[in-house]
Parts: sequence; C-alpha cells; structure tokens
Amino acid sequence: MGGGEKPPPRFKNRSITAFSGFGPLYRNRQHSLLGVDMGVDVLEHVIGQVINGLQLGFMYALIALGYTMVYGVVKLINFAHGDVFMVGAFVGYLGFNQWGMPVPVAVLTSMAVCAILGVVIEKIAYRPLRYAPKIAALISALGVSLFLEYFCSLKFIFGPNYRVVQRPFEEVHWQLAGISISNIQVMVMVTVLFMLLMLQYLLYRTKVGMAMRTVSLDHDAARLMGVNVDSVISVTFAIGSALAAAGGVLYAIAYPQIQPFMGIMPGLKAFTAAVLGGIGIIPGAVLGALIMGQVETLTAAFLSSQLRDAIAFGILILVLLVRPCGILGKTETEKV
Amino acid sequence: MKQKYTQTILIIVAAAIFYVFIKTLIFLNVLSPYWQLVLDQSLIVTIGALGLSLIYGFTGQFSLGHAAFYGIGAYTAGAISKTLGHGSLLWFIIAIVAGTLAAALIALLIGLPILRLRSDYLGIATLGFGIIVKVGMDNANKVLPVLGGATGMSGLTTVANFEIIFIFFLIAILLLKNLIYSKYGRAFISIREDEIAADAMGIDTTRYKTMAFALGCGLAGLAGSLYAHRYPFLHPSSFEFLKSFDFLLIVVLGGLGSISGTIVTAVGWAFLLEGLRFVLGEQFIDFRGVIYALILVITILMRPQGLFSGKELLFMKPPRLKTPTNREEGSHAGLRN
Repeated sequence: MGGGEKPPPRFKNRSITAFSGFGPLYRNRQHSLLGVDMGVDVLEHVIGQVINGLQLGFMYALIALGYTMVYGVVKLINFAHGDVFMVGAFVGYLGFNQWGMPVPVAVLTSMAVCAILGVVIEKIAYRPLRYAPKIAALISALGVSLFLEYFCSLKFIFGPNYRVVQRPFEEVHWQLAGISISNIQVMVMVTVLFMLLMLQYLLYRTKVGMAMRTVSLDHDAARLMGVNVDSVISVTFAIGSALAAAGGVLYAIAYPQIQPFMGIMPGLKAFTAAVLGGIGIIPGAVLGALIMGQVETLTAAFLSSQLRDAIAFGILILVLLVRPCGILGKTETEKV
Repeated sequence: MKQKYTQTILIIVAAAIFYVFIKTLIFLNVLSPYWQLVLDQSLIVTIGALGLSLIYGFTGQFSLGHAAFYGIGAYTAGAISKTLGHGSLLWFIIAIVAGTLAAALIALLIGLPILRLRSDYLGIATLGFGIIVKVGMDNANKVLPVLGGATGMSGLTTVANFEIIFIFFLIAILLLKNLIYSKYGRAFISIREDEIAADAMGIDTTRYKTMAFALGCGLAGLAGSLYAHRYPFLHPSSFEFLKSFDFLLIVVLGGLGSISGTIVTAVGWAFLLEGLRFVLGEQFIDFRGVIYALILVITILMRPQGLFSGKELLFMKPPRLKTPTNREEGSHAGLRN
C-alpha cells in the first residue's frame, strides 16, 4: 500500500494519512508500545498520534454531518456523499493550485459548487423516489455515486490519475512542551470547530434550522405547520454537501493526493462514524467521527496499519450489538 | 402437490430449451468463447444474487456484505482445489460443498448476533463484516500461504464448464422456488412484511431470519466456489464491499421478492456490463462507467419497484393456495417448533 514516498525523518506525526489505499501511508512505526523504550518518548508519541487522530476525526466529522443530516430529514443513506466530498476536494485543489485563489476563497468556492451539486442530485435522483420504497432511493444514490466517480475520471474532466496537490502554504511544525503539532492540524481543527459552531447556530437559532428539525421529526406534521418540506430538504442537502466540500479541501491540503475514487473510503468511514454515534443525531456524528479517527490512527500506529479497517469495523459491529441504534441513538420502542 | 411437480417439470423444460438454444448458438459460432465466459459469469452471479434475493427480497434482511460470503466460498473452494484437487472431479465436488458450507456456517455464526439489528443498522454491520473479510483476505497469506493474500491466489484449475455451472444454476433456482413456496418461505415472507406480526403469529423470527441468512449466504458461497473453478485467478478486490452493491442492485432492480426478476436482471446486468464494452469500442471505453451509472439511475427512476415488482414469469408462478382446511391448527401449525 501507499508506495513511493520516503519515510518521515524526524517528526513523529508528519504526513500521516489514514484512508487505506489512498495517499501516503503511515510508515513511522519504530516506536512500539510493546517494544523497548517506554518512557517520555512513548508518551509524546501517543499524544502525537492522538492529535493525528483528532485531525482525521474532525475531517470525518465534516463528512459524517452531511450523512446524518440527510438521513435525519429523508431517512436515506446518501451514498453519493463521499463523491461530493471528492468533487469538493478537486474544486478546492483547482482553486488554490490552478486558479490562484487564496485558501479561504477556494474553500468557499468549493462549498458553493458542492452545495449546488447536492441540491441538483437531490432534485434529479432522490426527489422522484421520495414516496417509493426506501431501497429505490438507495440504489439511485449508488448510481449517482458511480456516475460522479466515472464522470470525474473522464479525461476532459479531472482524469483518472492521482494528482499531487501543491500545498498553498508550507507545513510548519511547532513544538509545544515536547509535542509536535503542525499548522495544518491546527487549521483543520479550527476550521472544523468553527463550522460545527456555525451549524449549531444554524440548527438551533434560526428559522431554517427549526424547520429542519421539524422535518426530521415528521414530514406531514411539518407540512401542516406550514413548513415547505421540499425546500427544507434542498437546504439540508446544500448544507451537508457544503460541509463535505470543506472537508474535501481540508483533506486535499492535509493528505495532498487526490483522484476521482478517493471519496469511497472516507465516505464509508464517515458514514460508519455517523452510524456509530447514532445516525440522524448531530452530536452523535461528531462523537462517532472522533472515535473512528482515534481508533484508526492508534491502530495504525501501535498495532498494524493493515488491520486498521478491520479493527475499526469490528468495533462498529460490537458497538451496534450493545447499542443497536448507535452510541447516542434512541432505541425506538416497537409498536404494532 | 400435483401442480408443484408440473411447475418443476416446466422449469426443467424451460432450462432444457435454454440449454439447447445456447448450444446451438455455440455450434453456429454466434457465441464466441468470450461471450461464453460472460454467460458463465452471469450464471454464477445469478446464483449469488438468488442468495441475496432470499435474504433481502423475501426475508427483508438488509445485507450489504454479500460479496464477503461469495469470497469466502471462492477462497475455500479454491484453496481445497489447489492443494488437494488438481483438477479431479471428485475433489471439485468436495471443494464446492466445502465452499458452500463454509459460507453458510460463517453466515450462521455472524448472523446469530447481528440479525437482531434493524434495516440500515443491519446493512452497516454486514458491510463492516464485508470489509473485515476483505482485510482478512488481503492478509490471509500470513496464516495460510496458499491463499495468496493481497496479490491474489493464482494457479487454479478451471474445472467448471458451462454445463456444470448451468446445473448448479438450475438447482439453485429449483431450491429457492420450492423453499419460497413452502411453509418456510411463508415464514420468511411474513417476517419481511411485518416482523412483529410474524412473531405474534408464533413464528420464531430469529430462527427463520438466521436460516434465511445462512441459506442465502450458502448460495453466495456456492457461486463463489464455482467462480473459483471457472477462473484461474482469485483476487481480494473481486470480493470487496463494492461488489456487494452489485448483488444488491441486481436484486432491487429485478424487484424485491421475485425470483424471475433476480434471474433476468442478473443475466442482463452481466451482459450489459460487457455489452457496453463491446458497443462503445476502444474510443469511448472511458464512458462505460458513466453510461452504466446513467442506466442504473434511469432504470430505478422509471421502475422504483423493480423490473418485475414481485411478479413472476409464467413458469415460476406460485402454486395456487388451497383454501385452508378446517383443521384445528390452521396453516401456521407447521411453523411452531
């Protein structure tokens, strides 16, 4: 896996990636917990890994939010969401690499493009199936996902190959009390926290947010209360896709290799994170994503990078067995 | 009873006609070896899809890990054939049985705990299992070198030909059809329609769900075992979670709860994928995925309930139900165990 790049020299938490099969893989495994030098060095290493896990977890959180919001309002697993994330990464990359935009502008452009994309996907592929069996919309989502992947692989769109992203700024490592943290990690975490706060504000302090919460409870009741359900669903798709796009741009900066199929694994992991936390519940998505990020990073660092996915999904299954609706999920009482 | 046998005979006659038709095409050189391979592949996929049809289409248990069981069957059968069989027919049969049983047994073990989950949660748990199996296949060579690991398992003898695959295809159809129209099948369908109501009617839902899951995954294992004897090379990427979606979309596009729908869609799907390659030619081959995706979306938008929407072809129709006799126990008696 991975291939090609030199092992990171000094910094213990440099250029880690996490998505299997994509991008440079974590190589720095000279410190084993079971190995020799257990001491301050190991502690620093663990903390470094926890920070890496946080970075990854926050990125998963951005994607997971889109999954969970869409699931909340239309009860659909939007399999195309991972590919919206991919489009976001590409638009961001084109923005700051080809068109010379500053990074914030590139992020906003990418978010706008993907918001429109999300709304269009919903209008074309999901809205006609809203009253069909749920599985029909799921198949449609799979079709859209394949379409985005293959369409973006066409030579005159993005092309099928990996593209190396030139970072818009240099990676700088700061040493804080022996713990190395990079500006990219800080940027990712700050951006994601900012977006989470914005989302929280939107959901609980604005009319649109109230409408979204209403629709997620009951479509018909919401309609009777004068909520325009269709437009609320569109807004949900727009916000979810915009968050995924932001995640995509951050991903492209943090793990600078992108290609049209890159959305599959992060999308799947983020979706798993959403299920882990309890799908449809926004704090659950963030919690699940953070757990997922830690599990993956720590497994890769201390156990085996190949077994990473197996352990992450094994934990998912175990959690579901104990809490069948996710960690924060409400167990629905069955009614006849 | 009599009608049931008539139907079985009808199916066999239909299969014989189909067989003669294919043989004639081969004889007339209409069907090149390449398309014969596609045909074999389509039959194998159909067997696997019938398994998912039983799990999801008839019992309503949302499984996204079907390709894992397909892979377990393929790897088990492949390993047995490669180490012991070396192309002998006896070992081929043993390998097929072992592959089927391995998949069914693992499905039983994994199904008992996770089938308690509902709809999407079950889907994700099975999807997770599929990914675990894929990781296992990637690293299998560390335990058993013969399994080949991430580079794949090569050097398999291709014992299975069209006839053998076709016979298993037929057996799978007959098995599933007779199962669905038996008392077990009614229990499966009742669980799909309403699990709580089925429970209230005295159906042991856990037992029947697990049974359907193990049987369906057994069929996937059978398909995998045949696959391992049709192609000389197995690779973990042939059994990753994306392949589970192929089975799922075949079953859904065919129409949930329709055996004929699954069969027609599975064969059509395999031929569509290869046909696109043929139609588009070298120049537009890049568009294959795009067009395939568009066909998928358009089909599901036009027919959200699937192509057959629970209906069956003439010779696959369910036997007409007799009016329940006035016995004390009624029609659900046989399900109480």
